[in-house]
Amino acid sequence: MLKNKMVFVSLVFILAILLFAVFAPFIAPYDPARIDADSVLTGPAPDHIFGTDTLGRDVFSRIVYGSRISLSIGFIAVGIAVLIGMFFGSIAGYYGGRIDSAIMRFVDIMLCFPTFFLILAVIAFLDPSIITIMAVIGFTGWMGVARLIRAEILTLKERDFVAVSKIMGASDRWIILRHLIPNAIGPVLVNATLGVGGAILVESALSFLGIGVQPPTPSWGNILMDGKSTLGVAWWLTIFPGLFILFTVLAYNILGAALRDILEPRLN
Amino acid sequence: MLSYIFKRMIGLVPVFLGITLISFFVIHLAPGRPTDIQTSMNPKVSYEARLRLEKLYGLDKPLHIQYFSWLRRFAVFDFGRSYVDDRKVSEKIAERIPITLLINSVAFLLILLIGIPIGVFSALHRNSLFDKVATIFVFIGFSTPEFWLALLLMNLFGITLNWLPVSGIKSLDFEYFSAMGKMMDVARHIALPVFISAFAGLAGISRYMRSAMIGVMHQDFIRTARAKGLNGSEVIYKHAVKNASLPIITILGLSIPGLIGGSVIIESIFAIPGLGRLFYESVMARDYSTIMGVLSIGAMLTLLGNLMADIAYSYADPRIRMTGGE
Repeated sequence: MLKNKMVFVSLVFILAILLFAVFAPFIAPYDPARIDADSVLTGPAPDHIFGTDTLGRDVFSRIVYGSRISLSIGFIAVGIAVLIGMFFGSIAGYYGGRIDSAIMRFVDIMLCFPTFFLILAVIAFLDPSIITIMAVIGFTGWMGVARLIRAEILTLKERDFVAVSKIMGASDRWIILRHLIPNAIGPVLVNATLGVGGAILVESALSFLGIGVQPPTPSWGNILMDGKSTLGVAWWLTIFPGLFILFTVLAYNILGAALRDILEPRLN
Repeated sequence: MLSYIFKRMIGLVPVFLGITLISFFVIHLAPGRPTDIQTSMNPKVSYEARLRLEKLYGLDKPLHIQYFSWLRRFAVFDFGRSYVDDRKVSEKIAERIPITLLINSVAFLLILLIGIPIGVFSALHRNSLFDKVATIFVFIGFSTPEFWLALLLMNLFGITLNWLPVSGIKSLDFEYFSAMGKMMDVARHIALPVFISAFAGLAGISRYMRSAMIGVMHQDFIRTARAKGLNGSEVIYKHAVKNASLPIITILGLSIPGLIGGSVIIESIFAIPGLGRLFYESVMARDYSTIMGVLSIGAMLTLLGNLMADIAYSYADPRIRMTGGE
């Protein structure tokens, strides 16, 4: 019962943040870039419910607009990771042999990599734009999906329906895209849902370090950067954006766990 | 046993080469050159001087030649000199590494010593209050941005309560402390960084340990052990925990890159002069030789961690030892 309630609350929260992102101009009470020299660092009050930052900008409006950044980076980065992972995973699982061991060796190498180091290096060399961040998180996060797809396909490809399809003259491409991947999608969906949370965490960490989303574009991470410089002075700059990150990631993690219970009941 | 370790080490060589290769090419394909800082941003430097500088660093040669010459020097830990202050990269790394290792190994120990008992206890008392609280803690642990947690704890312990220092690893008057006082001083400085490094890992390990234990407890040999009259704690500690920790060892090995990567964030926040902060600084300055040095040392630490996990695995599981792990 408690579990179902938590999943329900998570879904509602995810939906709310989605609405924030889509209808940001209607929900945010102020322009997120509007500087107001008369109300710098004011605490939460009726006209600024989450207070204002060092430039007098409305923190709530910035968080609302920041949800656009966090969500789009979360979804697109995971999308990239899933596509790459499916590509390598299905080829490795379907063809086996040398191709399989070469790809899996590559996966091992990537898993050994201190990924955050790589992300940091790439982003500092390229322009730290939103697109770079999406791409880099995607390109360093596909290994889990590749492993899952490969494992599923290894068992699926021995099944009768694949043999029948082959006899009927279907190409490898057709079999992989139409038969194997659709049947292997369950665990990937779970992995992707959990991945959205992970990507949001990485993005906020990068923005917090000053090499992610660049000001003045608001993101949950770079609002927290302001929070660090005003530590002990303006608690609202640290608490609110942090809570938004925490609850959003938490909601995706709970949803992912619930999906796992539904899609992979044999684990329980 | 020795031949097994040797075999594993040989197996790690291609992985290591792969890691250095990927990082080398990624970094060098990116636009911008290390000499930019000394040259194009400095109007006094002529084009010829710039070419001379590039030649000095070997930047005019094709990429694969640069890689091989770098690899040859790496064999003797010669990473060249930093483009920023012309000090030896190996020296810079050597002075930064101990504190990072200290923080990460203490965090790692904490993860083991706290995470595994939590997991075992949750598994043995499924759906108890403890298990439920632990589950909630796990979800929160997975979802908390560690830099945010760092900010909150800095605010609480450093500013509001004024119990712990919030930056660096030594107090200003460190030199005047007794040996004991020095240790206490460092311990107080790294308490928060260690706690934050361990926080997320703790959640992961306790969760994996829980599911591994649940899996093991259903197996036949546990029933056999019970049937032959062993008492409950003997069954649990001698049979179940030992078997359940096998997958945990692998996961611990895989968690090392995360710990090392996390030190960038933690060391930046707490102004700790470690490997992570050195990496951040050199990335900001496009200091190729230092970036490559830290990346490969980081990769080596990761591989070393994996090797240790392999050895621990073979120690815990005789099947691996006997057949050579294939």
